[in-house]
Amino acid sequence: MTTFIQQLINGITLGSVYALIALGYTMVYGIIKLINFAHGDVFMVGAYIAFLCVTYLKLGLLPALIISMIFCALLGMLIEKFAYKPLRNSPRISALITAIGVSLFLENLMQLLMGADSRVFPRLVNEKNYHLFHGKVVVNSKQIYLLIITVLLMLLLNFIVKNTKIGKAMRAVSQDMDAARLMGINVDTTISYTFAIGSALAAAGGVLVGLYYNTINPLMGVLPGLKAFIAAVFGGIGIIPGAMLGGFSLGVIETLVSGYGSSMYKDAVAFALLILILILKPSGLLGKNIKEKV
Amino acid sequence: MSFAASKTIKIGVNLELSQAVAQYGQKELEGLKLAIDEINQKGGVGGKKIELVILDNKSDKTEAQNVATRLAVREKVLAILGPATSGATKSAAVAATKYKVPIISPSATDDTVTVDERTGKTKAYVFRTCFNDSFQGNVMANFALKTLKAKSAAIIYDASSDYSKGLFKNFKQTFTKGGGKIVAEEAFAKGEQDFSSILTKIRDKKPDVIFAPVYYDEAGLIIKQARELGMNMPILGGDGFDDPKVVEKAGKKFANNVFFSAHYSSQDTDSKVQEFINKFKKKYNTEPNAFAALGYDLGYFIADALKRANLKFDSIAKDRERLKTAIENTKNFVGVTGIVNINKNHNAEKSAVIIELKNGVQMFKQKLNP
Repeated sequence: MTTFIQQLINGITLGSVYALIALGYTMVYGIIKLINFAHGDVFMVGAYIAFLCVTYLKLGLLPALIISMIFCALLGMLIEKFAYKPLRNSPRISALITAIGVSLFLENLMQLLMGADSRVFPRLVNEKNYHLFHGKVVVNSKQIYLLIITVLLMLLLNFIVKNTKIGKAMRAVSQDMDAARLMGINVDTTISYTFAIGSALAAAGGVLVGLYYNTINPLMGVLPGLKAFIAAVFGGIGIIPGAMLGGFSLGVIETLVSGYGSSMYKDAVAFALLILILILKPSGLLGKNIKEKV
Repeated sequence: MSFAASKTIKIGVNLELSQAVAQYGQKELEGLKLAIDEINQKGGVGGKKIELVILDNKSDKTEAQNVATRLAVREKVLAILGPATSGATKSAAVAATKYKVPIISPSATDDTVTVDERTGKTKAYVFRTCFNDSFQGNVMANFALKTLKAKSAAIIYDASSDYSKGLFKNFKQTFTKGGGKIVAEEAFAKGEQDFSSILTKIRDKKPDVIFAPVYYDEAGLIIKQARELGMNMPILGGDGFDDPKVVEKAGKKFANNVFFSAHYSSQDTDSKVQEFINKFKKKYNTEPNAFAALGYDLGYFIADALKRANLKFDSIAKDRERLKTAIENTKNFVGVTGIVNINKNHNAEKSAVIIELKNGVQMFKQKLNP
């Protein structure tokens, strides 16, 4: 039983990272139906920005996190403006290919600027172990930070989407872009904000991963990016609580697969899950079945 | 310009200079360049200077083969030095065998690098100047049994790495033969960062030691995550642990009770070792690690073979054959990392050292001969 609890804790930690990245995927998809494959790389850029802030400007966790989120928000808006906006009326496949292009661009740019080798992320928080159940279950202070920051950011996002003007505009645009425009909503600005918020969340994910594994590299966004995409689809792409649910479930499932089966199968299980959900319930766990007009 | 008229002897370098295990290749290149500079300053080999043609294989097996082909065909080098890792060297060996160019790896330790696993025959053009994994695996298994008095061990290995799998197999063989028990065998795939779930599983089995034949990136993470889960048993590894990144990633506090086999120790008082350390520090302003030492040795090793090869510069194919024979006949080559004898399997027979990490500092523990 204690082993199971320990594995659950491991899984939730991993899952909160997936959830943070999945939120960005889901928001962008929800609004302009674009799978932004560069999202995982924005996550990586976020980690590097925080790394630079901490190493060269000697900042603490919170300022580094905020600077990294702001930087990536701007980066997200920039990517949208230059890479996706000109293609908004092109076939969806063009935007998808561009997204892959942006992803490769970011990965290689970072290798050029920072070197291809992995970097050690500085220790920013007091690393402390808490022993539960007579020392059989260990919770690390970093895991607690990771979970708390993730939950806080999700609550903040939920608040923005539900209660603010920009959130209302986002919801309107996601329902019907043209109708929203007719109602006087500035669609371009709304999309821009969506990218900014999604990218800022990815950046936070990157910083937290750097903090947790204390290791970052220019390709660190590739696999988590794919996993977060699976998580988003699993929970129901375009649905914010779905991304959270998908992220946490995927983290826990992966951990249990390697904890009780073999670590070699966990990626396979993640992708099998993607295929399964696409066959059984393409709209995802929390998705409603809406017939799309073609 | 014809081959015969060239003023330099072209030697190819095929190393991991970027991506996953760049640290090995970069350090080896630093050592190699230092050696070649010294040799050229003293007049080179037979009046000709050695010219290195350096290409990056990006820590990738396929790319390693492309690089080897390019060096053999387009750059027309006499021999190829590198790659650093086993998988890449095995892949490059295919091209080397096809084009009949000798390749020498300074650090590929997997047994099947020089010997074909299906036929059991030695690969004619493939050599290494380091010890192999049967030796390294034996050394660590015996160390666990005799010095640490371990009765049970858990193994974590990288299923995508030939190095890791080879070392795992050899360790297991010796450890079980010596009366030890393997209580867990956990594989992971390249690029893994989260070992907490497999470590939690291992924790339940309460092994006396953990053997993790992995490269430095994973080594640091495994040590750290194990200690964070409250697992304080000794963690053992191979020469892949020999990099400062291991301690940086694990943290000084956690880098204790860690033992690994290595090619050399900077604490060795041998005058050749100390002389090398001083020269290296003067040039690069950092301490050399074992890979730098292996790279340095490789420079002198190839120069020694070139000297004995009796090159005629009539045809590149014939000179490659002459060089190959000279490498095969290497006896008692004295390097920083030990005395090298090339045996019939194209392996280097030489000693290994065991290093312990104490609060992140490498301590010389034992020296073992083959």
